[in-house]
Amino acid sequence: MTSPKTMFEKVWEQHLVAPQTADTPAVLFIDLHLIHEVTSPQAFTVLRERGLKVRRPDLTLATMDHSTPTRTEQVFGGEPITIESAAKQISALEKNTAEFSIELLGLQHHQRGIVHVIGPELGVTQPGKTIVCGDSHTSTHGAFGALAFGIGSTEVGHVFASQCLLQTKPKTLAVNAHGKLRPGVTAKDLVLAIIGKLGVGGGTGHVIEFRGEAIRALDMDARMTVCNMSIEAGARAGMIAPDETTYAYLKDAPRSPKGAAWDAAVARWKQLPSDPGAKFDKEIDIDASALEPMITYGTNPGMVIPVTGSVPARNGDAAFDKSLAYMGFEAGTAIRDKPVNVVFVGSCTNARLSDLRDAARVLRGRKIAPGVQMLVVPGSQQVKKAAEAEGLDQVFKAAGAEWRESGCSMCLGMNGDLVGAGQYSVSTSNRNFEGRQGVGARTLLASPLTAAASAVRGKVTDPRELLASS
Amino acid sequence: MEPIKSIRSRTAVLPFTNIDTDQIIPARFLRATTREGFGKHLFSEWRYDASGNPRPDFALNKPEAQGCAILVAGRNFGCGSSREHAPWALTDYGFRAVVSTEFADIFRNNSLKNGLVPVLVDEATAEWLIANPGVEITIDLETSTLALPNGKAVKFPLEPFARYCLMNGVDELGFLLSKNAEIAAYEAKRVQA
Repeated sequence: MTSPKTMFEKVWEQHLVAPQTADTPAVLFIDLHLIHEVTSPQAFTVLRERGLKVRRPDLTLATMDHSTPTRTEQVFGGEPITIESAAKQISALEKNTAEFSIELLGLQHHQRGIVHVIGPELGVTQPGKTIVCGDSHTSTHGAFGALAFGIGSTEVGHVFASQCLLQTKPKTLAVNAHGKLRPGVTAKDLVLAIIGKLGVGGGTGHVIEFRGEAIRALDMDARMTVCNMSIEAGARAGMIAPDETTYAYLKDAPRSPKGAAWDAAVARWKQLPSDPGAKFDKEIDIDASALEPMITYGTNPGMVIPVTGSVPARNGDAAFDKSLAYMGFEAGTAIRDKPVNVVFVGSCTNARLSDLRDAARVLRGRKIAPGVQMLVVPGSQQVKKAAEAEGLDQVFKAAGAEWRESGCSMCLGMNGDLVGAGQYSVSTSNRNFEGRQGVGARTLLASPLTAAASAVRGKVTDPRELLASS
Repeated sequence: MEPIKSIRSRTAVLPFTNIDTDQIIPARFLRATTREGFGKHLFSEWRYDASGNPRPDFALNKPEAQGCAILVAGRNFGCGSSREHAPWALTDYGFRAVVSTEFADIFRNNSLKNGLVPVLVDEATAEWLIANPGVEITIDLETSTLALPNGKAVKFPLEPFARYCLMNGVDELGFLLSKNAEIAAYEAKRVQA
């Protein structure tokens, strides 16, 4: 009898083209290569310089999201894209994908969107696959039981040329989330609490498997939020075992297997979950039932507290003091009621339909506070369409928020959607690094519920206060 | 890529933990289609004020930090975004090695592919280097050691394959392409399954 294996080990072993040796790393086959306009141009240059082809264009899918405009008139109305360098990247991707015969879901395509939103939506993200992309949030796809991780541009070139990557086998880390999340507490709060517990380097060198009752109860959108932020704990990837929730999500997706192929795929996927007794290199436990809505107060995602809490102190830590100075926060002060200038609902972390429903639940029949700018940017054109079919766009507009075309937008501001210097932004995105949303911008990461509630009051707000009275 | 056997240089020190790749090279500089010229934007927000003038108190702007090829930084250097523009910016600026007690996985991978040596050291060595900026140290790839001014040599981990590529100035793509037959066999097996 073979020893029990973790889900990660099963997927890893199924994709070994050549095993790791004392002198060389393992050669790992890649089932799906997602590319976008920012990290691919240099890799295409290498192919041209060396006279190489893309080995498997059929396993490669391109879209554009990072530097694309979100203003409808620039996406569909023929108005020029404001930032010339962004327009150049977009046209470079069009040219490169045409030259190397790669399918592109381009700027006006109805299935375009953030790369980590459209993979699952199309059904190309599937359990047991190896998935890579030149973007650290590729970990999102692990929510389906795929082994998915971010790579650099040189590695994008490696996958183009060989459909493989050289890899050293990572370690495994089980995060056991016990109990049930309480009302008003979401997957975003859960993963922020996990990062707070692990620290931003706590997952380095590891692939996380999220397990336990709290994870099983999450829908696919929420599971993607959790896996998305694995990288913020430093993990190579995050995975969740596939189950009936996963299969139900994928069944009718445009590119999932159909008919007999579907049945065969599900039978194969059912073999993936970690065997009973499988050993992880490291394990941590978290009581999900004790969690409150979480919010960050500093300049990395591990600097996180309950929205009812106070900014902590850490004596003798230069980076910590620098961080509080950047944020303009003093240790010991409550985070509730801190001023808010901008609210962003969007990004590969929280821009799927259920996230927009959460924000709309708080905003319905309410107005955002005077002076607050709120941007709602759907994760994909399909999410946008579905939200509009439910009238969510009308809720946002009536509340005074802006409703845009899909893209990464204000998560990193590459397209010019920026937070001003010194301004406070409550954002549903994944990084509160210095300058992430704009030079001098101060970011507080939170769930769509907390972001929407903070927009209504113009101050950091516990969403449960507004949910109770709605 | 230039082959690297050893690096001898004074150190520049950034004593902060968790320096993320957004600090190393902010996103607005990623709207490029080539890999050259990122050095002038390295640590842009920390290096320059709002009018674009160098901040005199920032470590890399001090006269003694000029020409340093080794950067010493706090734990978990290079966390966050997978942007390879981070090692491109560091090498374009002139760095050949970064010393820390922990490197983010993707940053470390990207560095090894660009002739930037990630030197992982113990807490005590890091603490001493952070407390003594500007000391001259030697990083030797053959022996995977960092030699301190007092002559003490500290071992650091470096996989044989990465060491071979760095020391010979070759990239990994050639090795991958040499596996063509194995890749084709794997693909054929998968089609049958």
